[in-house]
Amino acid sequence: MMGRFVNTRTLPLLATVVVFVLIYAACAVQYPTMLGLRVMGNLLTDNAFLGILAVGMTVVVVAGGIDLSVGAVMGLTTVALARLIEGAGVPPALAFALVLGGGGLFGAGIGAAVHYLKAPAFIVTLTAMFLARGCALLISTDSIPIHNAAYDTLAGAALSLPGGGRLTLVAVIMLLTFLAGGILLHGTRFGARVFALGGNAHFAQLMGIDTGRTTILVHAFCSLMAALAGIVFSLYTRSGYALTGTGVELDAIAAVVIGGTLLTGGVGGVAGSFIGVLIQGLILTWITFDGTLSSWWTKIAIGALLFVFIAVQRLILTVSARYGRSGTGPAAPSPSTRPRPSPGATAPSAP
Amino acid sequence: MNAVIQRLKAARPQLALLALALLVNVFVAPGFLDLRMQDGRLFGGLVDILNRGAPVMLLAVGMASVIATRGIDLSVGVIMAISGAVAAAGVNAGLAWPLATLAALATGLVCGLWNGLLVAVFRLQPIVATLILMVAGRGVAQLITEGRILTFTEPHLIAVAGGTLAALPLPVVLALLAAGLTGLLVRATALGLFVEAVGTNPRSSRLAGVHTGLVLGAVYVWSGLMAALAGLVATADIKGADANNAGLWLELDAILAVVIGGTSLYGGRFSIGRSVLGALVLQAMRTAILRAGLPPELNLVLMALVVAAVLTQQSPAFQPLATRLMARLKNKEARA
Amino acid sequence: MASPETPVVLAARGLTRLYPGVRALDGVDLTLRAGEIHALLGENGAGKSTLINLLTGAQPRNGGTIAVDGVEIDPDGPGGAVQAGIAAVYQEITLLPNLSVAQNLYLGREPTRWGLVHRARMNREGAALLRRFGLTIDASRPLSDFSTAVQQLIAIARAVDLSAKVLILDEPTASLDTAEVQTLFTLLRTLRDQGLAIVFVTHFLDQVYALTDRITVLRNGRLVGERLTAELPRLELVAMMLGKAPTAESHLGRRPAKTAANGTPLVRAQGLGRRRLVGAFDAELHAGAVLGAAGLLGSGRTETALLLFGAEAADQGQLVVDGKAVTLRSPRDAIRLGFGFCPEDRKLDGIVAGLSIRENIVLALQAKRGWWRRLSTAQQHELADRYIKLLDIRTPDAEKPIQLLSGGNQQKALLARWLATDPRLLILDEPTRGIDVGAHAEIVRLLEDLRDRGMALYVISSEIEEVAAYSDRVLVMRDRAPAGLLEGDAITPAAIVNAIAADHHTRGAA
Repeated sequence: MMGRFVNTRTLPLLATVVVFVLIYAACAVQYPTMLGLRVMGNLLTDNAFLGILAVGMTVVVVAGGIDLSVGAVMGLTTVALARLIEGAGVPPALAFALVLGGGGLFGAGIGAAVHYLKAPAFIVTLTAMFLARGCALLISTDSIPIHNAAYDTLAGAALSLPGGGRLTLVAVIMLLTFLAGGILLHGTRFGARVFALGGNAHFAQLMGIDTGRTTILVHAFCSLMAALAGIVFSLYTRSGYALTGTGVELDAIAAVVIGGTLLTGGVGGVAGSFIGVLIQGLILTWITFDGTLSSWWTKIAIGALLFVFIAVQRLILTVSARYGRSGTGPAAPSPSTRPRPSPGATAPSAP
Repeated sequence: MNAVIQRLKAARPQLALLALALLVNVFVAPGFLDLRMQDGRLFGGLVDILNRGAPVMLLAVGMASVIATRGIDLSVGVIMAISGAVAAAGVNAGLAWPLATLAALATGLVCGLWNGLLVAVFRLQPIVATLILMVAGRGVAQLITEGRILTFTEPHLIAVAGGTLAALPLPVVLALLAAGLTGLLVRATALGLFVEAVGTNPRSSRLAGVHTGLVLGAVYVWSGLMAALAGLVATADIKGADANNAGLWLELDAILAVVIGGTSLYGGRFSIGRSVLGALVLQAMRTAILRAGLPPELNLVLMALVVAAVLTQQSPAFQPLATRLMARLKNKEARA
Repeated sequence: MASPETPVVLAARGLTRLYPGVRALDGVDLTLRAGEIHALLGENGAGKSTLINLLTGAQPRNGGTIAVDGVEIDPDGPGGAVQAGIAAVYQEITLLPNLSVAQNLYLGREPTRWGLVHRARMNREGAALLRRFGLTIDASRPLSDFSTAVQQLIAIARAVDLSAKVLILDEPTASLDTAEVQTLFTLLRTLRDQGLAIVFVTHFLDQVYALTDRITVLRNGRLVGERLTAELPRLELVAMMLGKAPTAESHLGRRPAKTAANGTPLVRAQGLGRRRLVGAFDAELHAGAVLGAAGLLGSGRTETALLLFGAEAADQGQLVVDGKAVTLRSPRDAIRLGFGFCPEDRKLDGIVAGLSIRENIVLALQAKRGWWRRLSTAQQHELADRYIKLLDIRTPDAEKPIQLLSGGNQQKALLARWLATDPRLLILDEPTRGIDVGAHAEIVRLLEDLRDRGMALYVISSEIEEVAAYSDRVLVMRDRAPAGLLEGDAITPAAIVNAIAADHHTRGAA
């Protein structure tokens, strides 16, 4: 019944698009210049690092986890890059490869801890956040400028858009990341496993999925994206600073949730997260254009949006569970009816 | 007396950790243990640790019961910022200091109520429910301070951090009183039992007649109140409300303090006293690093390592291993 | 229909599974032949789930052998069983509702092209596969779009496609309507005729007779027997499941009906029910009398207790307590009226594992008093020690974590929890399940003692003989609806078994 009209997969994304269009229309009516490609180009450039983080975060959240360490990993990356290029004279390309590899390994460690310690992902990634931030600060508490010709070239690289806009290299990297993330999540066997893991880890295991391997890869990917975001961020600032990206994990999570990905896992995608990032950027741009509103309204607005989207998701889940022919679980699940011992459970059921 | 001994026995790991951290302090800063009286106030390394640790002690007091219900409160740092901003804006707007203080505490209560509603009534996962306030809250605090650091000169409010009572800095007195009061509230009433029952098995608890929703809501309200108190202390300490930095990441310190205090992240048994000890361990570590002249950033790494160790020790995968090791050790002892 | 000559596909011999202190499965044999549908029957705790888990490798076995096509296998982990040709489909559909139908069918073995999943081909092949199972649907749609019945068929299609020798179906019809059951049966018959061996676990006896060729019955972890369905009368089957010879008219210890059961009832349920949970039933509970409830697993017997205790809200009918109509919104309302409830699943709904025996015992009384009127530690100790002594709970002291107690002692502790509240009505769901023989008798004696002291009892039990012995009235449940009420001398084990076993045509006879 409900499943026909309210598809748990499409409705949140649809709502996101509607919100985006509404905000954009409101912006455009008030400030027609915001319609131009110049503003759009800037929007993409300014939010490139957030977009890249959101891709990684989407994969983790779809898998049923969360990663609070991405901001810290990003900060650590910028410092490590600066130290490698400035201090050790490593060519940028090699430095990029090194930090990306390091990021991936760091994430694999997180995934292994989540899987083998059976600890909640948020506390493990919280610990990882401390570790990464601490290491970054130990390398340097000051901002290290990067003076490198290749860096300047990369940072300045851009395509001209009609109307005076510029599509910068970092914006292109972000768009490519979304494309790659989309293919990974929606086009590969690995992506199917990620959805399976987030849908129900126990069932996924019963269906023959190696959940440990998937968890490790998912977190490795997310930290890899955080490292990439760090590279992109260092291109904006041409420096490395340990406190870069403080609190940005919250923005990334907000973008993912506003983009229609369920925090309970198993449902979502990077397209929504892209729009979630744009919505955040748009609100910020609007507030900048307005001039009378202050920047803190951005946080309040994003918090409010977050609340609305979480509430809507909760409502959809409740409604589909209660009235759906099948919904996401057996018909009429009630907390006090005795569930059958789940198949394959190793605990002794009342003998 | 017996009960006190029993409690001290249960806190052996935390006391050992604290002793270790204090020992490092003594080692790096001879004279650390010296206490001296000046103008009716005690000074010394120990007092310093208590004083600086007061905000996290307060947060840990609130967080302990939240974690015991298998929940988490990510918003306490933000609540600190908001309530500090409310107090500062209040006295600056000419409000009498008792009213401003009450307004700040009431703000904490309201924030806690919001979290409690989302968790208990709307059944959101605690991490998701409190994340909303964590994201939006700093904006709210900045809204109140209009993005500036709201400084104030109201002497009574400043005294919350600078004052002295019974020879101790007021934050220490406040934190100890709050811990005592909370301890009394959970152990002299049946709340502690209910919190532990709901955290361990909410289904059974409901069938036994425990009002699970009320218990869940109450712990978040209390956590909000404690965070507001911590916010007052932090604001008074710098004589101003800094919406950007007040309480930043302190929710993590509070969670760590509770975890070090032996409360499982999977809910169940909790102890206010041991959580306070956990907060003191963190502060003693921090002070030791500072006094040793090491970069303060090392503290983050150390905290991460401590938590990793605690998580490993708590993890179900580790338990059988630990049991086997203990058994083997006991066997050896028996043979020897 | 499979004749004894068809080749044996699966032969399990002496399967044993031990839990601490319990033999969940004790030397059970199971023989499956090609092209037969084999019913696996037994009450809760009989060992059906354990047997299935051993066959699929979800649990390791402590003894016994499993051979497929004469080759001994070791289904260590679900993958191993699938390799050997054994697949299981559970009542709770273990597919992923957030994925598409085709993704569910091919998870982990998706067809790929250039390293990417070939969605079009996967959807095409998925649809084709399902057509062979009588389903014409768009395989690209999310699984959650489809009804439980369709999901069930998809799960079967996946299982058969993965490994096509032995298909185990655990309560596949529990949430299907009549038409859907017929569709499923048609499919199963087709699969059988293709030579598949199918294990069919159900609590619907009608379906056993409509579909299956052979029956294996388990009870208390042991094999009761294997029979051809056509040669096993329904009454005898129920007797095998319940461990009761249907002819014996034992009035063991039966006392004459007291007048207490005929006065004004303490609690009267009139047409109480809840949609999708249990059909409208009537019940009268008298002080000093026992209302027994009998019925097979899934008959709705537990659900009657949930409604009476306010754990589920009724959406029809009326509950009258002390002559006044009441609405129970939560267990707290029921407790305030003086009700108590020992649930069937002690571990999940009863004990609070991790807390001490003392805390578990005082929990309900404390909840009734409210959080601000705490029972002092001394009072708690006094209370706990009193009941530990009174009910003979075997423990060194009241401070031990309750999960360390044996099943019987846990049950006594739960009884103590409610006795401490001085209840007027005590609802007990399977109070003697999973409890050793000695403790079993003790608990029955306790219940009789409580009744004699004027408490109203509602006892749900599959121990027919006991129910017959201590009940003043017996409510018989079947297919989530009441199927009869026995009173006075009409209460005999045979009559109860008859009422439970009656099929749709003879229902009136109960």
